[in-house]
Amino acid sequence: MSGIVAAPVLASTVLASTGLASTVAAPSALAGGASVIAVGVLLAEFGMFRQALLRDQVRLYAVQSGLLSVLCIVVAATRHLPDVYALAALSFALKVVIVPVVLRRMLRGIGAIGGDPRWSDIAGSHALSVASAVLIAIVVAAFGFFTAAALGLRSPVLPATALSISVAVILVAFVLMIVRRDVISQAIGFLSLENGVSLTALVVAAGLPLILEIAFLFDLLVVAVVFGLLIRVHHGRADSLSTAELTSLKG
Amino acid sequence: MPAVLLLLLALPLAAALICLCSPVAVGRVVTALSGTASFAAVLVLVPAAARHDVSYLHVLRVDALSAVFMLATGFLYAAVAVYSIGYLSGDGAGHPPGRRTRLLWAGLNLFAWAMLAAPMASNLALLWVAIEVTTIVSALLVAIEDTDGAAEAAWKYVLLASTGLGLALLATIFAYYAGAHVLGQSYDLGFTQLLSVAGRLPHTAVRLMFVLAVLGFGTKMGLVPVHTWLPDAHSEAPTPVSALLSGSLLAVSFYAILRFYQVTQVALGPAFPRNVLLVFGVASLVLSMLYLFGQRDVKRLLAYSSVEHMGILAVGVSFGAPAALAGVLLHVLGHAAAKGNAFMGAGALVRKLGTKQIMAIRGGLDLLPASGPLFLLAVFALGAMPPFGLFRSEFEIVAGGLRSGSYAAAAVLIIAVTIAFAGLAGSVTRMLMLPLSRPSLSRPQAHPERTLVPAHAAAVAGAPAADPASAAPQITRVTGVTAPGPARGEPSAWMVVPVAAGTLALLWLGLHPPAVLDELFARAITLLGGGAS
Repeated sequence: MSGIVAAPVLASTVLASTGLASTVAAPSALAGGASVIAVGVLLAEFGMFRQALLRDQVRLYAVQSGLLSVLCIVVAATRHLPDVYALAALSFALKVVIVPVVLRRMLRGIGAIGGDPRWSDIAGSHALSVASAVLIAIVVAAFGFFTAAALGLRSPVLPATALSISVAVILVAFVLMIVRRDVISQAIGFLSLENGVSLTALVVAAGLPLILEIAFLFDLLVVAVVFGLLIRVHHGRADSLSTAELTSLKG
Repeated sequence: MPAVLLLLLALPLAAALICLCSPVAVGRVVTALSGTASFAAVLVLVPAAARHDVSYLHVLRVDALSAVFMLATGFLYAAVAVYSIGYLSGDGAGHPPGRRTRLLWAGLNLFAWAMLAAPMASNLALLWVAIEVTTIVSALLVAIEDTDGAAEAAWKYVLLASTGLGLALLATIFAYYAGAHVLGQSYDLGFTQLLSVAGRLPHTAVRLMFVLAVLGFGTKMGLVPVHTWLPDAHSEAPTPVSALLSGSLLAVSFYAILRFYQVTQVALGPAFPRNVLLVFGVASLVLSMLYLFGQRDVKRLLAYSSVEHMGILAVGVSFGAPAALAGVLLHVLGHAAAKGNAFMGAGALVRKLGTKQIMAIRGGLDLLPASGPLFLLAVFALGAMPPFGLFRSEFEIVAGGLRSGSYAAAAVLIIAVTIAFAGLAGSVTRMLMLPLSRPSLSRPQAHPERTLVPAHAAAVAGAPAADPASAAPQITRVTGVTAPGPARGEPSAWMVVPVAAGTLALLWLGLHPPAVLDELFARAITLLGGGAS
């Protein structure tokens, strides 16, 4: 729950600095809307700290990807970039539908308690308590947010706040992969890190040729399948989703 | 000449498909043919690349710098393909059973394909995609031996390397941002385009791009502190995969860093990128030097030696002098041959004795009349002993460092290389020279991988030395009269030939590198801005 409690605090920090970044004037409707969606992506990232079920973790990733697709459409509509519509559609098809479906198909029945596939439990995989993890993530996100703002990179399509938030998303994804010791959260952590990179790309490289975006997206699908395979391999050998046992190789 | 590029793209891919859908016996012949043919194609490409850039349809482009890395990959692909015929046949220890062997053959080809494709990409996005493909394929190859260790190593590898490549993707995106700033929205990340306007790129974006690229691709290259996946993956993968990972994959990642270095040093001047590489390089050298002592697993030992050599490459580039850059390029080739040889030699030992534990491997020179001495020579080559190519390359790097005034870094380099050699040679000579204690009793062994078993117990597992599936001549002679230890003799001649070829190549590089390499290096050095300092 603390992820949810912490969220307004973070959101207000974000909004305060939005005000600072655009000097005295209130942000335009577009800038405001875009920043709100970007904050939504970040909040979804925070939500991943506390998801207890495999299914919900994958679902939250789909939600985060969906927000990203919405942001793509906003950019496409307001900046008249027809390519970005196609990107939004592709990104939606792949990250909201195909990757989650493929992951859940591949992981069907894995980690199930008592044969009920809804209870693929990853609740006990925290290296820290959820509260401490979220506190650390907030500090890290704030660091990323203000550091990125200090770089002074300007984008023609979206407010610089969105760039700062994307950097925060990437850093929080790192924290997620570190503090959650189960293969599902780590895989989703990587996939959501890629969402953060996509958000950055949307801000600073909206004109990236579509063919390259397709290459990146296709690549993501293959990576997701390989993650699914290796999760199966791991589960087949360790009979658990936890990575706590993965300590035999060292030195 | 573009036909050669297409051939290099088509051949390993076709070989992978054939391996997937035909029996293993066909697959290994096809792989060996594809490997040698690809190497021949690269050899044809090298003289052309030494004179002019070869490109095709704005997608493929090979210049002198790419050719150096393709040469390393091509050589190792051929060597490993031949070696695997011996290594993956028979019922010897160390390779997965049945259906997985076929997947392993297909995977080897696919892995080599991606590594050959990466230096051919003409734009940074395709380069990134190719390197990501190498990660995916090699992670599956690491997991292919169905053991706990392999599953653990593969998970760590795929997670860390993918995350690193996530950062590299960010670097690629900032490269686009910087390029589009000057070239407008039509920019497609083409490498020559970016380089032609490098002087006008926004500085902050380039700085960010370079650091992210070094961190991201550096994860795959094995630079400290983002090297942690490397010893696990190298030790748990099947030996042919380890050889490709270490000799070729790390170099290809280094190639990606060099591309970003090229742009950065024009945009920001040489000081910034060199300092970044110097920090990572020295950290890699010093840490891996320490880890080379007290290793218990022979393949981990070689993996840490790879970290050390990647550190040498990074430090060498940070010197910036033309001599140092020539040394770095020669080092890439020498390291591919030497580390490939070392892994293949270690693979022969592991196969013979059925264990990777350094303490349990003894009498290597006795047991393996050809592989043993060649392994020793490979380790001497890795330690930069004089007649071999790595001596020449490290000498050039140090000379370049002294010339460019980096006395402290050059001194650190010399000291670290010497200490690392002591650590590596200490363990390896013990494995090869100390006699294998002849046991009086033998019992069936259980887990040669996990526990520190006595040599004799492990030796029983490695006993089936003869290789009925291979047509290779056998040299089998039992030395012990009563002892049930492993027989003297090579597991397979296929496992000796590529190592011998690698040793000859190392000698050639060390004694008298061919003139075409000098041309190639001279051109590549100009690309890296070596003339400027």
